[in-house]
Amino acid sequence: MQIEKKPLIVAFCCNWCSYAGADLAGTNRLNYPANVKIIRVPCSCRVNPLFILKAFQRGADGVIICGCHPGDCHYTTGNYYARRRITLLFSMLSYLGIEKNRVRLEWVSAAEGAKFAATMQSFAEEIAELGECKRLEDLRCKK
Amino acid sequence: MQEMIKSKLAELLSTGAVTKVIGWKRGENFYDVSPAAFESVESLADFVYDDFCGANLSKFLVKEPGKESKVAVVLKPCDTFSLNQLIKENRVNRENIFVLGVPCEGKLSEEKMRVMGIVGLTGCKVEGDKVTVETLYGTETLDKNDVLLTKCATCHSKKHVIFDELIGETGEDSDVDRFVGVAELEAMSEDERYEFWRNELSRCIRCNACRNACPACTCEKCVFDNDASGVAAKSNANSFEENMFHIIRAYHVAGRCTDCGECSRVCPQHIPLHLLNRKFIKDINTFYGDFQAGADAESEHPLVHFTENDPEPSIVKEGK
Amino acid sequence: MQRIGVFVCHCGTNIAGTVDVKTVAEMLGKEPGVVFSTDYQYMCSEAGQTLIQDAIKEHNLGGVVICSCSPRMHEQTFRKACAKAGLNPYMVEVANIREQCSWIHKDVAEGTEKAVILGRAAIAKVHLNAPLTAGESPVVKRALVIGGGIAGMQTALDIADAGFEVDIVEKNATIGGKMAQIDKTFPTLDCSACILTPKMVDCAQHEKINIYAYSEVEDVKGFVGNFSVAIRKKARYVDETKCTGCGICTEKCPVKNIPNEFNMGMDNRRSIYIPFAQAVPKIATIDPNTCNKLKTGKCGVCSKVCGAGAIDYTQKDEIIRREYGAIVVATGFNMIDMTKFDEFGYAQSKDVITSLEFERLTNAAGPTGGTLLRPSDGKHPHTIVFVQCCGSRSTTENGKPYCSKICCMYTAKHAMLTREKYPDTDVYVFYIDVRTPGKNFDEFYRRAVEQYGVHYVKGMVGKVAPRADGTLHVQASDLLAGEQLHIDADLVVLAGAIEPDKSARGLATKLTASMDTNDFFTEAHPKLRPVESPTAGVFLSGVCQGPKDIPETVAQAGAAASKVIGLLVKDKLTCNPCVAQSDELLCNGCSGCEHVCPYGAITYETKEFMQFDRSMKPRRVASVNPAVCQGCGACTVTCPSGAMDLKGFSNRQIMAEVDAICK
Repeated sequence: MQIEKKPLIVAFCCNWCSYAGADLAGTNRLNYPANVKIIRVPCSCRVNPLFILKAFQRGADGVIICGCHPGDCHYTTGNYYARRRITLLFSMLSYLGIEKNRVRLEWVSAAEGAKFAATMQSFAEEIAELGECKRLEDLRCKK
Repeated sequence: MQEMIKSKLAELLSTGAVTKVIGWKRGENFYDVSPAAFESVESLADFVYDDFCGANLSKFLVKEPGKESKVAVVLKPCDTFSLNQLIKENRVNRENIFVLGVPCEGKLSEEKMRVMGIVGLTGCKVEGDKVTVETLYGTETLDKNDVLLTKCATCHSKKHVIFDELIGETGEDSDVDRFVGVAELEAMSEDERYEFWRNELSRCIRCNACRNACPACTCEKCVFDNDASGVAAKSNANSFEENMFHIIRAYHVAGRCTDCGECSRVCPQHIPLHLLNRKFIKDINTFYGDFQAGADAESEHPLVHFTENDPEPSIVKEGK
Repeated sequence: MQRIGVFVCHCGTNIAGTVDVKTVAEMLGKEPGVVFSTDYQYMCSEAGQTLIQDAIKEHNLGGVVICSCSPRMHEQTFRKACAKAGLNPYMVEVANIREQCSWIHKDVAEGTEKAVILGRAAIAKVHLNAPLTAGESPVVKRALVIGGGIAGMQTALDIADAGFEVDIVEKNATIGGKMAQIDKTFPTLDCSACILTPKMVDCAQHEKINIYAYSEVEDVKGFVGNFSVAIRKKARYVDETKCTGCGICTEKCPVKNIPNEFNMGMDNRRSIYIPFAQAVPKIATIDPNTCNKLKTGKCGVCSKVCGAGAIDYTQKDEIIRREYGAIVVATGFNMIDMTKFDEFGYAQSKDVITSLEFERLTNAAGPTGGTLLRPSDGKHPHTIVFVQCCGSRSTTENGKPYCSKICCMYTAKHAMLTREKYPDTDVYVFYIDVRTPGKNFDEFYRRAVEQYGVHYVKGMVGKVAPRADGTLHVQASDLLAGEQLHIDADLVVLAGAIEPDKSARGLATKLTASMDTNDFFTEAHPKLRPVESPTAGVFLSGVCQGPKDIPETVAQAGAAASKVIGLLVKDKLTCNPCVAQSDELLCNGCSGCEHVCPYGAITYETKEFMQFDRSMKPRRVASVNPAVCQGCGACTVTCPSGAMDLKGFSNRQIMAEVDAICK
C-alpha cells in the first residue's frame, strides 16, 4: 500500500499501565506515528529478550518496552525484574555494536496518555533518524 | 601430584565409597587430555592430571543418576565454582558426589604453542614462570604466561569453594583484572565494536561446542534444539543468526556464568566468547554490585533479584 | 488451522471515520484461516453480538477476532457473547483499532493500513490460542477498610450491616477523620459532630466491626478473595483492655506544651492524650516523642494517677496478620502546606489561617470555645478576608492543577456564619470562579451574597503583609472593576488545596493499585467502575480517589461497600485462566521461577523421568498453582529452557504477533 518504507516500531506495553496509557492517548486523540504497533503483554516482565531480537529479525527498526513506573507494578515486582533484564540486554546490544538507541524502556502509567504519545513520537523520530536497521536484520525476512 | 590423586581415587573406588570417578585421560597425543570416567581401580591406570587438564568436569555430574551410587569428581579451583552453581540450581545432588579438590597453577594451551611454531609435543615440564617443552624436534623453554590457556591467564580464583577432600593446598582469590578485554571493547566506538564482532562471530560454524562444554548450559532441552522455542536452528543461516545465537547463549547464562572460560577454550574457531560472558559479569558488577556466580550455593543470582534503586537502562553508555 | 471469523466494528464513526472498515474486513478475509469476515456498526450491541454468535454457529468458527475498541473496554463482553454461542471465551482476540488506531490517526489510508496490520496480528495470535478453563478460588468473608474517616466508617458500616466482618485500620488514635474537626456542614448547616459521632459509636459497637486505631498497614500479600495483610498496631503505651478513657492522666501529665493536632495546633495537649472528647476508641495514648518517662525514664505520673493500672511503658508495636477477601482504601486527604506560599504570609502571621483552622476557631469544642477570636491577640476580628483557590487550579510548583471542589462551598459557609454571628464584621471573599454545582449549593452561595452581604470579589490576592499594628495589609485585584484593592484585614483565611494523605503513595505500592500524577487513586474505569481500583479486590472510598464533599463521600462509600458485599457473598471466585504452566519435560528444576514469582505460586516436586537408556531418573520439576498465579509472566522469562510459559500470552503467541506486525 505504501511505496516508501517507513521505519517500523514494535512497542511492548504492559496491560495495566502502559497499554492503558496508550488507550488514554487514544481517548484524548493524541496523535503519534502510525508506524508504532503495540503488542499487549500482561507485564513488562513478560517481555522475553527473545521477542525483541525476533522483532529485529523480522524487520523492526526499533523496539520499545513500556511498563508501569517502578513501585507501581500491578504484580508488585515485575517491572523491577524487567528493568534488570532489559538493561543487560541493551548493554549487550550496544557492546555488539548495535545502535543502542534502537531499543528503549519507558515507564508510562495509565494516567500518562500524553507521555505515551510524546514518547512514541520522540522514539519514532529517533528511529527515523537512525534509518533502517542493518546490524540486526535477517535478509530472508526482508521483502 | 598425579599419583597422590590416583591413590586417593583408587581408595574411594576400592572401598565402594564411590562407584565412578570422573577425571581425565590421555588421548592419542601427549597434549590431548580429555575428560573420562573410571569405574574400576584397574582403569585408573589411564588417569592423568597434568598441565593440559584444562577441561571443567563439573558438568558431567548433571547426567549422573546417582540415586544410590556416589560419583567422585576431580575439580580444579575454578571448576568448583561451576559445581556450586549447579548445586544451587538443583542440577546436581550434593549428597551423591564426592569432590576431590586438586590444586592448579594454570593450564597450558597446545594451540598457543602451535601458533608459536612448537609442534610435535612429546613432553612438558613447568618450573616457576618457565615451561620446558620436549618435541619431536628438540627441547625449548618458553614463558609460561605466553602459553597459558586464555582462561587461566585471567584466572579469578585459585581457591576451592567446595570440596570433600583436597590434595595439596587450596589457593587464594586472584586480583588479576579480568575485564581488560571487555573494557578495551567498551572504549571503542559502536562502529568499531560492530566490525570487531562481525569479524569474530562470522567465523562461527555453529558446532555448539561452546554450549556443550558450558557448565551453565545444562537445560534438559536446549532452546536451540526445541522446535517450539521459536529460535531452534541447527546452523547459522546468516549474520542475524550468528548474532542471535551468541546473544542468547550469553544471556541464558548471565548471572549464572562463573567465568570458567570453557566456551572460549573449546571454540574451534577461536572466537573470544568469554568476552561476551564477561561483559555481562562486568555489567552486573557495575550495575548491581559485585557478584561471583558459584561462590556459594545460596546467594540469588542477579537476574532473579532486584533492588528498588536499580539503574535505568540509560546507564548503558555508548563507549567512545 | 483454526477456522477464524473476523468482525470489524464501525463504532459509529469512531472507527469508521478514519478507518475504511470495509477494506479492513475485506483484507483480513484473505488471511490464512479466515473463513468469515464482516463489518458492523456496533459489534458490542445486542445485534452485533448476535451477528457474531450466528457466524460462530453457521461457519463453525474455532477462533474469533474482533477489530474494535480497546480489549480493556469490551474483551469481556465479546468473550461472554462467544461463550454463549458455544465457543471457548479464550478463543477470542481483540484488535484495538479505535484507541490505538482510528482515534489517533487522521489519514484514512494510514489508519486503514494500521488497522489491517493490527487485525493480522490478532489473527496470528488466535491461531495459537487454546481453549482455557477458569479455575476457582475461595473468598475470605472479611473486608479491610483502610482509613477511619467518614468514608471508611460508612463503608465499614454498610458492609457490616450486610453481615460481613470488617476491620478498620486507622493511623490516628481515633476514628472520625477530618469530619470530626469540622464545625458545620454545608448547605444545611447542621452540626458536623452531631451527625458524625453517632456513626463513630455505631462503628465501635457493631459486632461485625473491629477497629484497629493507631495502626497502619505494614504489607499486603495475596490477591482478590485472599489478601493477607500485616497490620502494625503502634504502641500506645496504654493497655487498651484496661483504659477506661477517664482522662485523669491527660490532666495530670506534666508535659503540657504539645501542639494539639485536633485543634490544628491552636492550643496544647499533654504528652498523654485523648484526641477529643468523643474519640473512638476512647483510650489514652502516650506520644513517645515527648513523654518524659519514655525519653528519660523519669516521671511516671500517668502511671501513678491511673486508677485502672492501664499505663504500660514497655508496650511494643505489635504486628497482626489477618486475611481478607476485599480491601477498601479510604485514606482521605490533608490540606497542602500553606507555608510554601510566601505571598499569603501564612508563615509570617498567626492571623493568616487555613480554613480548617477557621473551623476549629468557630467550633464550640475548639480552642476558643466557639468564639471567633484572632489567634494573635484574642480580639474579635472586624475585617476578614477569605482567599479561595490557594494552591488549587494552579500550575505553579507548589500548587495543584486540579480544583479542590469543596472550598467554594465551605468558604460561603464560613462567610455566612461569620456575618450571622458577628454582623459588625466585614467579610471579603476573593475567588477565581465560584463553583456551586450541587443540590441547594448555588442557592446557598446566593444567600451568602444577597442576604448576608458578603463581599465577593473576583480576583486573586497578590500579597498579604503583616503590619506593625497587627493588621494585615491585603493587596488584591478586582478583575471585574479592573482596579487594585488594598484592604486592612484582621484575619485572613486561606482555602488551601487538598491533597491525598501522604501515606497513600506507599499504600498504593503495597496494594499494587495505581495512582495518578497527583497521588489520587485511579479507578478501574473513570465512568463505569468509579469505586473499583484496577487491582481486583481493591476498592476506593472518599477523597483518596478525588476531591469530594461529605454527601459525595458517603455515597461513594456506600457504593464501594456494595461492591465489596457483591464480592464477599460469593463462595468462590473465578480465577484468571491465563496463568503460567510448566512443561515438566523441559524443566531443569533450577528454581529461577520460584524466586521471581511474587505470589509464591510455584512449588517443586521430584518426579521420575525416563532416560534415553530407558532407565528412570528422578528430577525436580516446577508446578504452578493456578489458583494463586496471577499471570504476570515473570517466571516465563527467567526460565532458561523455556519450560515455563504463560497461557493466553505464550511465547509462540507473542512471537506470532511480532511476525505479523513486522510482515
